Amino acid sequence: MAILETRALNKWFGGLHVTGGVDFALQRGEIHCLIGPNGAGKSTLFRLILGEHLPTSGQILYEGNDITKAKSFERIRRGISVKFQVPGIFKALSVRQNLQIALQHHCPPAELDGEIDRLLEFLKLTEARHQLAGNLSHGQKQWLEIGMAVGLKPRLLLLDEPTAGMTPDETAATGEMVQALNRDGVTVLAVEHDMAFVRQIAHKVTVLHFGKIFAQGTINEIVADERVAAIYLGDATHA
Amino acid sequence: MKTLGLLQGPQTLGKGKPFWSAFTLVVALACAYPLFADGYDVGNNVYFFNWAFMALGLSLIWGYGGTLSFGQTAFFGVAGYTYGVISINFGDAYGLTIFALVASVAAAALLAAALGYFLFFGRISGVFLGIVTLSVTLVLERFMAQTAGPEWRVGAARLNGYNGMGGMPSLTIPWFGSDIVLFPDVQLYYFTLALLIACYLGLRILVNSRFGNVLVAIRENPQRAEMLGYDIRVYQLVTFIIGSALAGLSGVLYTSWGNYITPASMGMTAAALPIVWVAVGGRSDLTTTLIGAMLVLAGFQALTIHGSQYALVVMGALLVLTVLIAPRGLVFGLGTLVAALVNRKPKRQGE
Repeated sequence: MAILETRALNKWFGGLHVTGGVDFALQRGEIHCLIGPNGAGKSTLFRLILGEHLPTSGQILYEGNDITKAKSFERIRRGISVKFQVPGIFKALSVRQNLQIALQHHCPPAELDGEIDRLLEFLKLTEARHQLAGNLSHGQKQWLEIGMAVGLKPRLLLLDEPTAGMTPDETAATGEMVQALNRDGVTVLAVEHDMAFVRQIAHKVTVLHFGKIFAQGTINEIVADERVAAIYLGDATHA
Repeated sequence: MKTLGLLQGPQTLGKGKPFWSAFTLVVALACAYPLFADGYDVGNNVYFFNWAFMALGLSLIWGYGGTLSFGQTAFFGVAGYTYGVISINFGDAYGLTIFALVASVAAAALLAAALGYFLFFGRISGVFLGIVTLSVTLVLERFMAQTAGPEWRVGAARLNGYNGMGGMPSLTIPWFGSDIVLFPDVQLYYFTLALLIACYLGLRILVNSRFGNVLVAIRENPQRAEMLGYDIRVYQLVTFIIGSALAGLSGVLYTSWGNYITPASMGMTAAALPIVWVAVGGRSDLTTTLIGAMLVLAGFQALTIHGSQYALVVMGALLVLTVLIAPRGLVFGLGTLVAALVNRKPKRQGE
């Protein structure tokens, strides 16, 4: 059953058709990666799903409900959560406070401290809990933001290039985190450029190109697809 | 008990025995002050206290919420004039001046709610919000300036244009036997001091609460705060209303203190000064804001005695210096330095 669907989703910015009639379905329990060359419309599709942009036409359904016109915070309250490409953390606040702000909305006060401690351990940030978030390493910042997103107990987690700027070790650890979350029942949609990471986590891959779905399948099917190789080599017009 | 625990927390400098001992000492000294000072100085201190509410409100809106309002004087003026109109028309018997105080602060809050709704739900932020709020106070100033004619009256209350509205009664507390009239003297001093302490402690609880957590999150990264499921518009609006109600309280206390209010209280100079007090002190902390506002107000007054033009130039220079040397505030910088030194001591002893 699809947890998220887009139907004939279109977005125009002036004369630029950035999202071209995208029909996309994300199945519950799946880890699904969106890939494509720069300018393919991945970020725009992400922002449409999040409600940061409103579509020119088309529909977005979440758990069967139309959320096309819902405000961003309303979508989050329904069970969607996001981790941005550039770490969206509160730099001047402590690591613990970052997590507290994320969790306090839904977590009963009596359970808050214990929940934060569990999350700190999961993120390997227990030692750094009193540090200012802005002083963390890049990889730790990414993990903290994943923690904030996960702290909302989402059913759907959106990850925008979660491993950008990470070392190979940090990337592998992040992949394990995402897989652990998925095992706990979280559906994941990730925009990612790092194909090793995609291979590590993805159940299914969708290739976007010029704002349209270009190919879809398992990572092996996508890698074997010559048309996909061609667009990454910049020869899409003949593909 | 849990609420009292919020008197200290991550959003406020100062915690533990040293801070609360110092706080108690300062309050004790403030309480004892009228015993040693003459009537003029006591009344003058009430004048400083009057402005502190506006400074605390601006700290909440700007320092904690990250929204620079350049027009807090609009709420000061609206509340001051409302107090004048109500108290001139209804007098000071039966505690009506206290009713006038509450109604005037409510009027300021109502204006803030209406203006804030369009600002925050219209997603106006940053410099544009500063421009709109400044425009509102300047428009109100110009409007009140042209009310000199006798036709500009509300009941018995003449608005009086640039001559200012005067003759309103002072705050009066009904009491058995005879009412307590709060002239700029000892009674008003203690009344204003008690209000100030209550507001300061109340705001400490607010900023260390869950509401305060979200507020600083919005200041740091509004997009992330929204993507955690918070309707940031509502938080910003509520903060704006509370901060503006405090500016209104300043307006009422000032008008009652001097039995007088003029359009100049909403003018450009008046609008700029609260920014200087709060920036110099350290806008992101209530204590540094309060200390900074008192110091700058006292300094400004001392300079004004020698020449008002110099005083304004010095205020401008002080703001520029703060931005260049200590962007988070001069008092805030000193406070964090002291806190760092105090926190280092036990570690050294333990080594």
